[in-house]
Amino acid sequence: MELHVGHSLIAPGSPTRAGVSVGSRNVWEQGRNTPVDRSTAAGDRRTVADMSIDTTTDDASAEIVTPDERPPDEPVARLVHPRAIRWLHWINFPLLMIMIWSGLRIYWAEDVYALGIGSWQWFAFFPDAVYETFGLERRLARGMAFHFAFGWLFVINGAIYATYLLATREWRHILPDRHAAREAKDVVLHDLHIKKTAPPQGKYNAAQRISYTAVLVMALIIVVSGFAIYKPTQLYPLPLLFGGYQGARLVHFWMTIGLGLFFVVHVLQVLRAGWGNFRSMVTGYVIERRSPTNSVAGVPPSGTDDTENVGSEPEEVAR
Amino acid sequence: MTPEKSGDDDRRHQLRAELDDTPTIPVSEFKRRSRRSFLTGAAGAGAAFLGWRWLQDSPVDDGIPSPLRNTLEFNETVWSNLSEGRSAPEFPVSKATPIQVNGRIGIRNEIDLADWTVRVEGPDGELLDELDISAFEALPQRDMIIEHKCIEGWSSIVHWGGTRFSDFHARYADRVGDVPYVGFETPDGLYYVGWDMSSALHPQTMLALRQGTEPLTQVHGAPLRIATPNKYGIKCLKRIGVIRYARERPADYWAERSYDWYAGL
Repeated sequence: MELHVGHSLIAPGSPTRAGVSVGSRNVWEQGRNTPVDRSTAAGDRRTVADMSIDTTTDDASAEIVTPDERPPDEPVARLVHPRAIRWLHWINFPLLMIMIWSGLRIYWAEDVYALGIGSWQWFAFFPDAVYETFGLERRLARGMAFHFAFGWLFVINGAIYATYLLATREWRHILPDRHAAREAKDVVLHDLHIKKTAPPQGKYNAAQRISYTAVLVMALIIVVSGFAIYKPTQLYPLPLLFGGYQGARLVHFWMTIGLGLFFVVHVLQVLRAGWGNFRSMVTGYVIERRSPTNSVAGVPPSGTDDTENVGSEPEEVAR
Repeated sequence: MTPEKSGDDDRRHQLRAELDDTPTIPVSEFKRRSRRSFLTGAAGAGAAFLGWRWLQDSPVDDGIPSPLRNTLEFNETVWSNLSEGRSAPEFPVSKATPIQVNGRIGIRNEIDLADWTVRVEGPDGELLDELDISAFEALPQRDMIIEHKCIEGWSSIVHWGGTRFSDFHARYADRVGDVPYVGFETPDGLYYVGWDMSSALHPQTMLALRQGTEPLTQVHGAPLRIATPNKYGIKCLKRIGVIRYARERPADYWAERSYDWYAGL
């Protein structure tokens, strides 16, 4: 399955090869400003192509996506992850792991949280097997030493990231807009193979935007609640934000669980999205393969071979 | 996707426009940069691994790698300069709860409270005083309902009664001068903690004689213990036997066992 169908990462609208050049923005404007009747023969052909793709299994999709009458255009590499984002992302990864690992060593000393209702306990955090597996037992002091040393690096890295997002307006790619809730639902349905098409997306789809924004919010909360536990007197009244010292500890714990769950889903999605997507977080670039003959009013049809996966979790796979 | 969804196309245009600002390069150039990026990534991962190994293999300083110990010291400097002297909240009496018994080191055996005295020693080891409980009862008394925080993670709001350490210290301030530290020990010497003097002189650092209105029980440190909301419970030594002023950092039971010496909140 070598094809990663970026159906919603649409090539800019040009029927010419100029669409693959660097000045694609102008081309896209051209395409958009050109009045084209959407019910042209080309439009009809797109519909047919979509249907055939949608009803095709993965194994056969390669034949469908690059049929003879649509020769792949010259591919081009587009920068989707600026260097700063890549560095900050990869520096954050081991830091987050160290923070969670050392944090769980601290939590072990007073592991009182559980899921349940009233006296009925469904799941206690954590079973002994978890502590044993990850070497979390009787390491409170070392846990604190690592936590309060690497915490600085985690916070500094996160602060640089936040500053970068604001300064470069990269946050626009991440913040959900008013369509996000509906589109995210469609993304999930599409991921579950319930819906055949995925909604349009920019750098990230709506589900990614919502989850990445949630992660940023959780990261902020985990840092603030962490400081509230770390220095409750010196930073007073910070703990009151969380209902006090124990409230801050509880919030800090659940944010850890939240980030941990995100991490699991993130890795699964990255595995699913494939090599091109993973590579983009290393190199910064994705390969766009244009099929200009498919373009209709500057909008190539869904399901053509426009681009390899973009973003870290494109949520779509070859169909 | 169905053709009548032209709204979707507008949406696609709008979203696509977000990406069109980003530069593109030919694939040949991409391959060259790609190789460089992966090499850089591998070098970075290697450096991170070596850094981790270096940290783990560093000389051990009181139970933890020395870079971590140094960072704890750095943290102490940062925080003591940032906001030293702030006070923790105090609570109404109605919020007070009984406190669990946690540490028994140094107080495993009951003592005859009538025989108890505390030795007060100067920085050169000289005996300044040997006091019984009446000396502490004669100092100004106050009540303090604060959140006692254990380093393990639990906390409880406790009603302590006793005298401020600063009121006790006033008796010796002239004789000991500007000593930077004070240490405390249980009578058997098995448990011992060190305090920096500015933390000890904080108005919420108490030599407690009572929990609520009752004298301390032996498991909670009778007849005299330290209480504070501003350091972890490991610093709140029970059953004080020795108070020793010091020019160097006094030994600290838990700091010798990998914990932070300062343990400030």
